[in-house]
Amino acid sequence: MPDGNDASGPWPDKPQDKKPDAQAKPVRMRGGGFAPMPRRWVGFAVFAVLIGLAEWGTRAGWISPLTLPKPSDVLATFGELYDSGLLFKHLAPSLSRLAVGAVLGVSAGIGIGILIGLFSYIRAGLVPLVAAIFPIPKIALLPLFVIWFGIDEASKYALIAFGTFTPTVVATYGAVDNVDRTLIRMGQSFDLSWFSIVRKIVLPGAMPGILSGLRVSLAIAIILLVAAEMLGAEYGIGAYILQAGSLYDLERLFAGVVILSLLGVIVSTAISAIERHLLGWRT
Amino acid sequence: MQIKLDSISHSYGDFEVMRDITLEIPNGKIVCIVGPSGCGKSTLLRFIGGLEQPSQGQVLQVGEPPEGCLNPLTYIFQDFALLPWRTVDGNVSLVLEDHGIKGKAAKAIIDDVLARTNLTDFAKALPKQLSGGMKQRVAIARAMAVNPAVLLMDEPLSALDSQTRELLMDDLVGLWERTPFTAVYVTHNLHEAVRLGHSIVVLSRRPGQIRDIVEIDKPLSDRQFGDADLDLHQKHLWNLMREEARAADAELINA
Repeated sequence: MPDGNDASGPWPDKPQDKKPDAQAKPVRMRGGGFAPMPRRWVGFAVFAVLIGLAEWGTRAGWISPLTLPKPSDVLATFGELYDSGLLFKHLAPSLSRLAVGAVLGVSAGIGIGILIGLFSYIRAGLVPLVAAIFPIPKIALLPLFVIWFGIDEASKYALIAFGTFTPTVVATYGAVDNVDRTLIRMGQSFDLSWFSIVRKIVLPGAMPGILSGLRVSLAIAIILLVAAEMLGAEYGIGAYILQAGSLYDLERLFAGVVILSLLGVIVSTAISAIERHLLGWRT
Repeated sequence: MQIKLDSISHSYGDFEVMRDITLEIPNGKIVCIVGPSGCGKSTLLRFIGGLEQPSQGQVLQVGEPPEGCLNPLTYIFQDFALLPWRTVDGNVSLVLEDHGIKGKAAKAIIDDVLARTNLTDFAKALPKQLSGGMKQRVAIARAMAVNPAVLLMDEPLSALDSQTRELLMDDLVGLWERTPFTAVYVTHNLHEAVRLGHSIVVLSRRPGQIRDIVEIDKPLSDRQFGDADLDLHQKHLWNLMREEARAADAELINA
C-alpha cells in the first residue's frame, strides 16, 4: 500500500461510507425462553379438551363403549355414588389409610434421610439397604404385611408407609448433601451447637429437596392405596375400583380413577402451597 | 487478646501448602495477608479461627477475650454466608440464640449493630432482596453482634464490584475508628491491603512462607483513594509479589 490515505481499514469514516440505511436491519432476537411462567388456565384447558374429545368420540361412535366409557356416564355414576352416600363411606377409610401411612412413611423417611446425610457410618450402612429395598414392588409384599400386621388397617398403613419411606429417604439425604457447606462452616465459626446447626441450617437448607421428594412419595402413596385395599377392605376407593374392575364396570372403574386423580391434583396443589409458604426465600 | 501463630506448616499428603509461618496479630490492629493464589492464605485464616487444623505448629490465643465477648474469633466470609431463609435481623439473631440471648436483649443488640451498619431500614428484608454490598454489611453486623475479640475476614470484598468495595472499605475504617478491633484480613487485592492494613504480610507462592511484612504507619482515617504514598506501598507490594504471582499462575496451568 503506497500510503495511509486509503481508508480501507476497519473504521470507515469517510462521508461516502455513510450510505442510507439500505443495509441496516434489526438484530435478530435470540434470547428469552427457558423460564417457565405460571399459566393458570392451560391445565384446565388440557383436561377440558381431552374429556370433550372422549365425550364426542363416544357419542359419535368412533370410540366404542367397550374402549372408553362416556365421560357423562362416568359423571352420572359419580353422582349416584355421591347421592347414595357411598362416596364418603369409601373416601373416609381411604383418606385415613393414606394419611396415617404417608405420615408414618414420610416422617421415618425424613428422619433416616437426615441421619444418612449427617453420619458416615449410617450412610455406609443404610444406603445399600435402601437401594435394595427401593426396587421391590411393595404390592408383592402385601401378603407378608398381612401376616405381620394382620388383615386389618395396620397392614394397609404398613404398605403405604413402606412405599413412601424409600423415595423420601433418597430425596432427603440428597437434599442434605446439597446444603451449602459454607453455611455450615459459618454456623460452626459462630460456635452454634450441633443441634442448632442441624435445626437452623441443615433442615431449612434441605427443605426444597425434601418437598420435591414429597411430591413423588405422596403420589406413590396414592398408587399403593389401591394395592393396600386389595385384601381385607370392604370400603375404600381402591376396593371400589378393584370391585368395578373385576366386573368390567368401566363407568364405576373410571369414577374411582377420577377420584384418585383428583386426590393427586389436590396433594400436588397442597405441596405447591407449602412450597410457596416455606420457600419464599428462594431466588 | 492476641493471636500468635507458632511455626505453622501444613500439607495435604505430599502436597506441601504452607511452611513454617510464625506471626503475631497485635491487639487492635488490622493485619492483612496477601499472596498469590493458592499460597494458602485462606487456609491460614481457617487455622486461626479453629475451622481447620495445621499438620504442624499451633495457633495460640494470648490472654483472655474481653468481657461480653460471645465468640472471640469471628469470621466474615467472601460469599457472605447468610441464611437465605432468614431476614436480616433473623440472620443476626441466629448467632445470639445459642448464647441464650432472646427477646428484648437480642433486639437491643440487633438494633444496635444494624444501626452501626446502616441497615436499620432493611431489618425485615430477605437476603435475596439485598445487593452484594448490603449482604456483606449484614454479615459485618452479624459479626459485630457477638462482640468478637478478633475478626477474621476472608476476602470479604472480593465478591463485590469496585465501587461497592470502596464504600465498604470506608465503612470498615469508620467502624474501626469508633472501636478499634483486631482483625486478620486476607485478600488478593493490594489496594484493599494498603487501605486497611496496619501491617501487611506477604506470603510466597506454595508452599506459603512469609516473604515480608510491610508496616504502614499512616492512620486508617487519613488514607484516601489514590493517595500517592499508598500507591508507593502498593507498588512495592506488587514488586514483591509479581514473580511469585507469575510463577503461581504458570504452576496452575501446568498442573
